[in-house]
This record gives sequence, C-alpha cells and structure tokens, in this order.
Amino acid sequence: MRESVWWTVSIACALVMVLLLSLHMGIMHLAGLLNALGLNLGDVRSFSAVVARGKNPVQMVVYVIFLAVALYHGLYGLRGILLEVTRSRRWEVTITGLLFLAGALAFVYGTYVTVKTFTG
Amino acid sequence: MSAGEQRAILRIFRYNPTDGGAPRFQEYPVPVQKGMTVLDGLVYVKENLDGTIAYRSSCRMGICGSCGMVINGFPRLACQTQILHLESQVIEIRPLSNYPVIKDVVPDLTSLVRNHTAIRPYIIRLDDEKERPTREYLQSPDELEAYLQFAYCIKCGLCLAACPTVATDASFLGPQALAAAYRYLADSRDSGMEARAPLLDTPHGVWRCHFAGACTEACPKGVDPALAIQLLKRELVLRTLRLSHMRAPAPVAPPLPPAPRPDIPKAPEPTVALAHDQRQREE
Repeated sequence: MRESVWWTVSIACALVMVLLLSLHMGIMHLAGLLNALGLNLGDVRSFSAVVARGKNPVQMVVYVIFLAVALYHGLYGLRGILLEVTRSRRWEVTITGLLFLAGALAFVYGTYVTVKTFTG
Repeated sequence: MSAGEQRAILRIFRYNPTDGGAPRFQEYPVPVQKGMTVLDGLVYVKENLDGTIAYRSSCRMGICGSCGMVINGFPRLACQTQILHLESQVIEIRPLSNYPVIKDVVPDLTSLVRNHTAIRPYIIRLDDEKERPTREYLQSPDELEAYLQFAYCIKCGLCLAACPTVATDASFLGPQALAAAYRYLADSRDSGMEARAPLLDTPHGVWRCHFAGACTEACPKGVDPALAIQLLKRELVLRTLRLSHMRAPAPVAPPLPPAPRPDIPKAPEPTVALAHDQRQREE
C-alpha cells in the first residue's frame, strides 16, 4: 500500500486522540469551566462515579478505540525512525511485520484487560 | 579578516582516496582584493602555490553549479562567495557533505544524478503530442509561475549536502530530486504524476523529509525545495483521499488559419535566387 495511506491514517489517529484527550481533560479536570457553560456533570471523580463509568459499555468502547489509535500512531512513528536507518528492503519488510505483530498483540492484550476490567 | 592586511588563509581539505593517505588540511596564504571569490582564491593557490589541489569549477558565475563546497561550515558555491564577506581570517574549505570524495574538495555527485534521473525529470504526456508534436503547448503566465522558481535549480547539490536526512538515510531521494518532481507536477503541460508517484510515495520518498529546511537555506538560486516537498505531501494525501483536482494537461495551440489573411500583404519575391532553385532551372 502507498505510504501516503499509512501516513494519513496516522494523522487521523492523532486527531482522534486529540479529540478523546480533550474530552477526558474537559470532563475530568475542567468541571468549573463546564459548570460556567451550563453543563453540570456532578462530581465525576467520586468513587461512585468512577464505578458507574466502569460498568458503562460506551466507556469501554472508547477505551478500546483509544488503545487502537494510540498504538497505531506510536508504532507508525517508531517505524519511521527505524526505517530511516534501514537500507535494505528486506529489513524494511521485517521491521514493518514485527511492529505490526507487536501492535496486534498489544491490542489484543489491552482489549482483553479492558473488557475484563469492565465486565468484572 | 581585516581589510588592511588584505590576506587570508585558505585552509583546504586534502584527501586522495587512491593513495591511501589520511585526510588532512593544508593552509595557503592568499592575497585578497575586494570582490575576490573563494573560487578566485582556489585558482590562485593552484596557479601559484600548489598545482596538486583538486576542485571543480566551470562558469564562475553561479550558473553551472560545479563549484559547490563547504566553506566555513556552510555549503556554498565558491564562485558566489566573496572572501571579504566571510569576515574570517582563516577560510576552511571542505568537500560537500553527504557525498563520497573523489579528491580534495571534489565530491562524487553520482547519487544526485541518479535520484534526479529516477524521478523522470521531463514532461510526460499521456497523448501522442510529445512523440509527434504538431504545435506548441498553451501555458498561461499564472501556470508558468506555479513551477518557475523550482525550474531555477542548477543541480549543484548543495541542498543534499545541507540535508540532515540525507546524512542518515542513504536511500532518501533528497530535496533536489523531490523539488524537481514537484516542478513537473506543477507544470500544466505534464501529466506524469501517476508515473512518478510509486517513487515519491514511499518511506524513502517525500515522507522521509523532516522539514528541517536546511535545503532551502543552502540553495544559491533561491529555490525552496522544502516547500516543494510539503506541497508534494499535500498532493499525495489529497490523491489518497480522492480530493485531488486532476487538471487536464495543457492543450496544444490551435492550428494556424489555412488561408493567408487578406489584410496582411503578400511577402515580396526573393531578390536572390537560392542555389537549389538555380540548379533546378538549369536542369
């Protein structure tokens, strides 16, 4: 596949991360600002609120999405660094394959941990 | 250097890979006049002090791009660099970075030429007009302006010597070839993007550029290769997202009117008979 496709996906992942992190920062740490804007979410950092979110499937899906985009963006960046000092095509393919495998394993394990955490 | 003493020391890199000796610097005192370039200094050294030094030069006026070298730590054309402007008593002259050395300050520019030819630096047409031309292509001044600055490249190779990415990735196409690729992409007469994309859209193509901008700073002709590479990236992403507005290649000029215009008087008969006309009459 053309490199511009991988690069565009990486930038799209970065945008998703910025969006999700902005939501996280807004909800968890800018309650005063949200209150001023007329959006009262209550005490989102209380024990009961954390437990309630832990049972919310939407929250779980968001975590898994964040895991996927962060893994892709990070590993794509690492691939770029490694390919810069790689001169043979065979090593390029090997590095790309190993990073894909590492990303897939990390995603499977991370998803398992996330689902296990949410489902108890 | 001070203007009063009017002398400078040229500290020249000396190295001959064929004799097995180690690289070293050798210093030569050179009398300096206002307007004297580093190339003039090298000519003085070769003619008066040491005929064994090797450097490359040709036009002496910043056109041919032959005399690129690293002068006081920065890649420059020796013919465009005035000694007094360097404001330095000792002027250090090295061969261009990121190239093998043939001898002394003569670099082996094979990689530059190889990458430049790889991107197919000529107009590519999908129609038959280039092979069997009928008329000139039509191009407006605005369309010319879109690629003109990138056409000023003289292939001196200074941009590759300045580029930190070329230093780490020998497979990187480099700013010169990528700027040349954009020069043809932006040319309204060309429709060769499909042919060039497989080379450009790779990890060692446009995506390897870190946008350090050193190429643009080094270019002696005011070309902006860093800008060209970013514009190439934009075009490739737009093509990926299918948002690129592919223009039709420039058409050829319409044919001339078949009959002469009545308001233009007929040309007078030639007063001197051509030789072959004369022969025909005799036969």
